[in-house]
Amino acid sequence: MGQRTAPAPQSAHAPQPAPAPQAEPASEAGLEEHFERTIAAEARVEPRDWMPDGYRKTMIRQIAQHAHSEIIGMQPEGNWITRAPSLRRKAILLAKVQDEAGHGLYLYSAAETLGADRADLTEKLITGRQKYSSIFNYPTLSYTDVGVIGWLVDGAAICNQVPLCRSSYGPYARAMIRICKEESFHQRQGYELLMTMMRGTAAQQAMVQDSVDRWWWPSLMMFGPPDADSPNTAQSMAWKVKRHTNDELRQRFVDMTVPQADALGVSLPDPELRWNTGRGHYDFGAIDWDEFKRVISGGGPCNAQRVARRRSAHEAGAWVREAAAAHARKTTTPYPERIGATGGAPRD
Amino acid sequence: MTESRSEWALWEVFIRGKRGLNHVHVGSLHAADAQMALHHARDLYTRRNEGVSIWVVPSAAITASSPDEKDPFFAPSGDKVYRHPTFYEIPSDVPHM
Repeated sequence: MGQRTAPAPQSAHAPQPAPAPQAEPASEAGLEEHFERTIAAEARVEPRDWMPDGYRKTMIRQIAQHAHSEIIGMQPEGNWITRAPSLRRKAILLAKVQDEAGHGLYLYSAAETLGADRADLTEKLITGRQKYSSIFNYPTLSYTDVGVIGWLVDGAAICNQVPLCRSSYGPYARAMIRICKEESFHQRQGYELLMTMMRGTAAQQAMVQDSVDRWWWPSLMMFGPPDADSPNTAQSMAWKVKRHTNDELRQRFVDMTVPQADALGVSLPDPELRWNTGRGHYDFGAIDWDEFKRVISGGGPCNAQRVARRRSAHEAGAWVREAAAAHARKTTTPYPERIGATGGAPRD
Repeated sequence: MTESRSEWALWEVFIRGKRGLNHVHVGSLHAADAQMALHHARDLYTRRNEGVSIWVVPSAAITASSPDEKDPFFAPSGDKVYRHPTFYEIPSDVPHM
């Protein structure tokens, strides 16, 4: 993509050409030093600040992947909205999937402050040029998967996301604060659903266990490759884009989840899982990183289906976007007419 | 296909959380016109009663200062310590000051 160092002004909080400096012209080194000082002081980097190209690129990639994950993440659970077993469960699931859409939009909004273009990001997603979380390439085979996704997948997401509320990039950190507040409902509704099922028949309990067996390992993979294979981690930590390593967060998730599994009455599918008194953490078995690599590079059970669904929604919605734009051109109020650069301006 | 989307302008969203508070910037969204921007803002930023009032402003209509803290734009207030109450020394036994 055109990684612009000075993106076109498209938002008041997006980078714009700074006014002609009245003080001495800032040198690249001086700007870089100021950026480093901002990071070191735990202050936030804001959209119109100078930032190294690598930082901008990293942030756009991370935020876009995160946004895509939220949007694609609507599909596995959306699959069960029409078949949720009661009006109560349907309303909850609908609200949850709406939240995922909202989270995607908060994040696209944050990415745009860095000069990324929304339509361009969508295009990259539906042509497979940008990735999303590997977890959403697994199928939701039963209704209990909805509960397990809330408990484990959203639980893992919370583990990942809470530290991101302190990300050095201001708009991303603010979006994460909003998202984390809402994720708590997601996890609790999932766990409550599972508790209800576990009070049911032996068949219902078996359904829960089956879902846990299928989602446990993919949930652990959500934290990304082990630290030794994560070459970008060091730079991301230095920039305070990332606050903990993948392995630290994965361990935190395992430690939090084991007692929850006990309380629920399910077993986690790992014979090597046991408390290590010396470490003060749970030990767990080896993760199948070949599977992770296969799924992330397109070979998971649902990759093609997820992207195709997103593409068809986008294409089937084109007439709505065109009709709304045509309507706006006819009836628009003075301000939007003046937004030539960002669209909405009449061409005649 | 994507051109039709980019025709939707970018809008900044400001929300008054409750009576007595200022509107605060919460983010942005795309919409074809002002009415749609308001509806999208409601759906996106107030799903849990976060607001009693919404402003939407075309992003292109906003003029912003440079945020750099060393910006000479903010220099005029930098050296006027006498604008702050703590500049003045008052004996501690003087009441109600």
